Amino acid sequence: MAIVCVHGPLKKLAGGGSEHPVDGDTVRALLRALEREHPALTGWVLDERGLIRRHINVYVNGERGGEDTIVGQRDRVEVLPAISGG
Amino acid sequence: MTELVLGTKKGLFVLNGTADAGFAVAARAFAGEPVDFAMREPRTGRLFASVSSPFYGPKIWYADDPTGGWIQAKGVALPEGGDAALVRIWVIATGETEGLLYAGGDPGVLFESRDGGITWELNAALWNHPTRDAWQPGGGGLCLHSIVPCPGDPNRLVVAVSAAGVWLTDDGGHSWRQGNRGLVARYLPEDAGEGATALCVHHIERSPKRPERLFMQFHGGVYRSDDAGESWMEIGAGLVSDFGFPLAVDPDDPDSAYVIPLRADMDRVTPDGQVRVFETRDGGATWVGRAGGLPQTHAYLTILRLALDQITSGSALELYFGATSGEVFGSRDGGVNWFSAISQLPPVYSLRASG
Repeated sequence: MAIVCVHGPLKKLAGGGSEHPVDGDTVRALLRALEREHPALTGWVLDERGLIRRHINVYVNGERGGEDTIVGQRDRVEVLPAISGG
Repeated sequence: MTELVLGTKKGLFVLNGTADAGFAVAARAFAGEPVDFAMREPRTGRLFASVSSPFYGPKIWYADDPTGGWIQAKGVALPEGGDAALVRIWVIATGETEGLLYAGGDPGVLFESRDGGITWELNAALWNHPTRDAWQPGGGGLCLHSIVPCPGDPNRLVVAVSAAGVWLTDDGGHSWRQGNRGLVARYLPEDAGEGATALCVHHIERSPKRPERLFMQFHGGVYRSDDAGESWMEIGAGLVSDFGFPLAVDPDDPDSAYVIPLRADMDRVTPDGQVRVFETRDGGATWVGRAGGLPQTHAYLTILRLALDQITSGSALELYFGATSGEVFGSRDGGVNWFSAISQLPPVYSLRASG
């Protein structure tokens, strides 16, 4: 299992926990699995098309990833809202 | 006491007050987030807000107390696995049966709730309409912004999409047909003719005392329909400009309408630096500009389509509108005289009034 880490409002929607062991071989599969476990998360990270929302970043073991990034056992997936300057 | 519920670029504001005592902020919610539309639903008193979080996407929330806990409504999404995603919810409206609510949004979608706004379902017939591939977005997106129920008849509904025209149903939303006859889009080639769908309706209101009568602010042109939206006649002659967004009616007077003209589509501010509300009491044959109490010097305001509302009727008609400058103006005499209700708010996206 990989570990999906969520923060802020996502943590609350995920039952209050920030680290969630989830089965799946891509970022999208992990996030969909997490939605099934915590339906309140549905639509917050992935949109209806299965795309990560524009201002959310996902990192796999510290590297920026996308929906189709391959995830292995014990990988760590961080879901973070983008912090932008300007 | 009048309550104004405002959606703004930086949250929802509830204002309480009177014309005499002034208005003050009674509550704020969704601080920092864009609230595209907010209202107090008249049947239940429940507050609704459509919030387009730049991070987490569009949602509808509801609450009985704006300072208490807001609950996310369920089902406000397009079919999973398709090639489209919901962009925003533009408007929420009360239907004609207990618990029936509608929500309109981008991309040209209508949602229905039959349990007072707790759960929602996409209207499949409009979503799957065979003309949809030809629908074009307006400047604000492909927004379904006007939802006009028919008093006493839940099967009849008028909706409008920018820029995909007017849509009518007589069977409770199971089928839809266009209601665009008579509309002239100056931005289309002259030979575009009947059947063109790229019609940029800006707002529609119905006269509740004569339900067959509708008024429309178009993208260049103000129109009236006397056959429930089947056909339209232009009534904008006499306005300082026939471009604008919001429109309101006096619910007791089917010949009445109010518009707030902006200079032009390429210059969406109040004309000549003067804020004026134009009123007709003869179905659009003549218009009177109302400016008493409104800024008349160097005032280049933009008033969006859902930022004008009214309560009561007749000579006691109260009108309120908010501008993207963060100012809110009110009138308690049908628009003859105006006062500043509040200023220095974030840009006002929507305003709904209740008494």
